[in-house]
Amino acid sequence: MKHIKTINSSTLSRDVKKAGCGECQTSCQSACKTSCTVANQKCERK
Amino acid sequence: MIHAYKMHGVNIVLDVNSGAVHVLDDIAYDVLSCYDQDGTLDEQRLTSLNHKYGAEEIKEACNEIETLKKENLLFTSDPYSEYIPLWTKKTVVKALCLHIAHDCNLRCSYCFAGTGDYKGARSLMSLEVGKRAIDFLIENSGNRRNLEVDFFGGEPLMNFDVVKEIVYYARQREKEANKNFRFTLTTNVLLLDEEKRAFINEHMHNVVLSLDGRKEINDEVRKRVDGSGSYDRVLPLALKMAEERKDKDYYVRGTFTRKNLDFGKDVLHLADVGFTQISVEPVVAARDSGLDIRQEDLKTVCDEYERLAMEYYQRRKNGKWFNFFHFMIDLEGGPCVAKRLRGCGSGTEYLAVTPEGDLYPCHQFVGQKEFLLGNIFDGLNNSTIREEFIESNVYTKPQCNQCWAKFYCSGGCAANSWQFNGDIKIPYDIGCELEKKRVECALWLKTQEVEV
Repeated sequence: MKHIKTINSSTLSRDVKKAGCGECQTSCQSACKTSCTVANQKCERK
Repeated sequence: MIHAYKMHGVNIVLDVNSGAVHVLDDIAYDVLSCYDQDGTLDEQRLTSLNHKYGAEEIKEACNEIETLKKENLLFTSDPYSEYIPLWTKKTVVKALCLHIAHDCNLRCSYCFAGTGDYKGARSLMSLEVGKRAIDFLIENSGNRRNLEVDFFGGEPLMNFDVVKEIVYYARQREKEANKNFRFTLTTNVLLLDEEKRAFINEHMHNVVLSLDGRKEINDEVRKRVDGSGSYDRVLPLALKMAEERKDKDYYVRGTFTRKNLDFGKDVLHLADVGFTQISVEPVVAARDSGLDIRQEDLKTVCDEYERLAMEYYQRRKNGKWFNFFHFMIDLEGGPCVAKRLRGCGSGTEYLAVTPEGDLYPCHQFVGQKEFLLGNIFDGLNNSTIREEFIESNVYTKPQCNQCWAKFYCSGGCAANSWQFNGDIKIPYDIGCELEKKRVECALWLKTQEVEV
């Protein structure tokens, strides 16, 4: 494309049927203890 | 829903429901502004661009936008609604915050825990309570294999023998129960001697080291019991710990208040003295305490985040790499949408345990009796409060449902919501604005990492 560059594609809806196994880290326990920063958490399946 | 914004001369668009991120030139950005949030082009608005751009380039930009719409990368509808009941049902407990010590050897002026005692008696967790907490977690974790225990306080190093015994006990129990414990410890560092560092390195998945940044900033708020500053004692020990972690996780973790709205300098100071894993975030202090971030501070703080993002980018590019927790974002392999609906899981899969064994939704609710959820000996009670936490997600919070950042902040901190609005479903607006700015900075950084 000439006017638009896509940085990343549709990642949120990609694995929707497999979502919610719950094995991932609890977000507040990584560094902050006061705010939810979830987008930087890892998925245990990847 | 989309979110379009400009940062450091880059036009960025986030497609909220798909998570796709695009960089647009000025023509496409202006053309996109002629679309409504549902993806309908307003032809009348489009004609207003005729004086600025040629007809051909406007048409090209429109065609590219329409192509992205067809590819489900722009103006996508919400595909998650049918899954929400599945993702928000009652869940198991998988993480505990153990309040090893309701006592502290610092007297920080912004402490939400009443300088360590949580506004109750100063007390230490016994080994009996600690062991029972491990049993409680195993019993309530269903099929979840990965379980987390955070040693918290007050100051957990004031009761470190119990920390060690709890770890040994959990390691013994995890085998027979087919679980995998991950331990973290949050400390003010004062008592972090060689023996404790060795134990932490052997057993802790993560360690969080509290230090606010520049000496004068840190010592203004993080005072020892005798009123002296803590920086000179903490810095060398924290650096030693960071160095000894090698490939294991740690964070040096600071707090900024309205007394250092130029907190970017504190982040950079922590990088300059040698830390590579850094988290500095806004204080949660009572309104008008003198330390709380106020509405009138927002522009200053947001500008500071943007400045920090630029400096962060420059340093990382020029070999001075460090990681700032709040600018981390994983656009390719981040958490699933189910995780993003509920965030930290406080009151549901994550609970705090007091030295006496009482259960609360998280460390920040400890001591507020209306949030008591039971205890580790008798189990969870049938409090309607827990139901409120179970039902709480970005779709049940009206402000979050309409917000472009909902899949990145996941509804914010329930404790902040309660503290400022008396309702865990009404987010703390100042916290929201800061979180949105951090996500914008994180996305901008991603656009700089790829060749645009």
